Amino acid sequence: MSKIIDGLYYSESHEFVKVEGDFGYVGITDYAQHELGNVVYVDMPEVDDEVEAGEDFGAVESVKAASDLVSPVSGTVVEVNEALEDEPGLINKDAFENWIIKVELSDKSELDNLMDAAAYKEFIGE
Amino acid sequence: MNNTFYGKLIFELSKEGRKGYSLPENKLAEYKLNDLPAALMRQEPPCLPEVDEMTVVRHYTNMSNNNFGVDTGFYPLGSCTMKYNPKINEQMCAKPEFTQLHPLQAEADIQGALAVYYNLQRSLAELSGLKEFTLNPYAGAHGELTGLMVMRSYHLDNGNPNRVKVIIPDSAHGTNPASAAVCGLEVVVVKSRPDGTVDVEDLKPLLDENVAGMMMTNPNTLGIFEHNIAEIAKLVHEAGGLMYYDGANLNPMLGKCRPGDLGFDIMHINLHKTFSTPHGGGGPGSGPVGVREGLEKFLPNPRVIREQLTDDIYYYHIEDGEDSLGSISGFLGNFGVMMRAYAYILTLGKDEIKNVGPLAVLNANYVKESLKDYYELPLDGVCKHEFVFDGLKDKSTGVTTLDVAKRLLDYGFHAPTIYFPLLFHEAMMIEPPENESKETLDEFIEVMKKIAIEAKENPELVKTAPHNTPVRRLDDTKAALKQIVTYRELLSVDEL
Repeated sequence: MSKIIDGLYYSESHEFVKVEGDFGYVGITDYAQHELGNVVYVDMPEVDDEVEAGEDFGAVESVKAASDLVSPVSGTVVEVNEALEDEPGLINKDAFENWIIKVELSDKSELDNLMDAAAYKEFIGE
Repeated sequence: MNNTFYGKLIFELSKEGRKGYSLPENKLAEYKLNDLPAALMRQEPPCLPEVDEMTVVRHYTNMSNNNFGVDTGFYPLGSCTMKYNPKINEQMCAKPEFTQLHPLQAEADIQGALAVYYNLQRSLAELSGLKEFTLNPYAGAHGELTGLMVMRSYHLDNGNPNRVKVIIPDSAHGTNPASAAVCGLEVVVVKSRPDGTVDVEDLKPLLDENVAGMMMTNPNTLGIFEHNIAEIAKLVHEAGGLMYYDGANLNPMLGKCRPGDLGFDIMHINLHKTFSTPHGGGGPGSGPVGVREGLEKFLPNPRVIREQLTDDIYYYHIEDGEDSLGSISGFLGNFGVMMRAYAYILTLGKDEIKNVGPLAVLNANYVKESLKDYYELPLDGVCKHEFVFDGLKDKSTGVTTLDVAKRLLDYGFHAPTIYFPLLFHEAMMIEPPENESKETLDEFIEVMKKIAIEAKENPELVKTAPHNTPVRRLDDTKAALKQIVTYRELLSVDEL
């Protein structure tokens, strides 16, 4: 049973967004880290890069597969989680706590296209 | 299988001063090493093991006993066609007439080798329904890149530099998008339908004036024949694109169905899959590329051309074409691999080679039907040379595809491809090649059934497998994160 947190926004490609004011923390869900297995590398964008909803912004590599990271929102990257460079396995320890990028949201209405916790729970069939 | 594990490193057998050779008198004793520029002088001696001959032989013999190969047992590895490498192939390519050649030797002195190169080109052209082949690429993925470079050259030659989009199904081998990216092209993914084949409706809107072509594997990586191939090829051609055939799954088609006849314009063949040459670590690869009429002028240099001198005497030339995309290899590729593939084709002959595809398909369907009550079959119906299970049918005990794969090792079988294709979470992809006997397949089926029962009755046994192999479950994560590839590195590591 995967962990799902109320109040976050979820995408069909298993990314989450945690919104704080005009900013969104983007990472992969607990379900996604579980499916991927042990993460060995996170390919992240750089600060000031633009991300676009529905477009790749990096990749997560595990012992099982390499998966593209698809941004659920558009905006400018204001911070990347540098701790993941040294210890990518943090994602397996707590996927929600260890977000990947912090984005200054350019269009908050995009959040309406994402799922809430209940809808995501149903989406992954749990 | 036994529990004995030989796990020493050759460095651990080293004794200072021990040697297994005697060198002739040093005629350069007068030479002063100090005359060398300092930058060329080694500052410390190389880290090499000092061992005698017998120790070396025992070491590597024991190491090889830990190995699993197609000469030791059945390899159900999907999407790879791990077929047996007939020993006659080795005998042919080990002939001194071939091994003693030098790539810079004069054309007139290597007519036999050039005849082999030329004849193999013609055989592959006949088997695939295409006009011309180059055998120069060093491996399958290198062939993909070469084929895409032909595609690019064609569009540039036609004044269409904007044609850079390559359409690739979501079920494709990972090398397809990688090759396209290396070639500087843009990858566009087309979705699969629930039956595993390309969604033609999803394809249509992607076909615009920027399309360079489409890459397909047929049968696809799920082992399903793309039955809409004629329509897909027509649509792509109407949009001005070319069709690229990934030859990874050519095996089930061999002798029955030719990519050229299905509308493909360019293809590569993995000689180490379909034509029985050694695979992966077993030796160098070879990825011949074939093209339809009109594209042959773009093929890489050098080319081997045949000139007829008399009724039955030919002379072979090595030539460079003016419109060629250039060279992609040193000389003419991996000749030893070509020799093996040529031996395979001649051993089977025109009649027998027609049985390769049908027997591979029969074997795959036999295993699939025998196991579908025990393992989840997401795509029912007749498959080609391979099929995919989505894990165990009964997943209630939490036994995963990885666990089943590990348990198979205990029973002396190699594991199938797992977690590919990505369309299914617990994918397990099985491909028994045409030359495996019914007895071998029956043994494999029995073991697979036994594991499914164990997974239900004694799940811990499966989850902790393998139990009988030289090494147990390895820490994949640590191996990926903390790579130690030399002995010197190992010495500097405090703890493993």
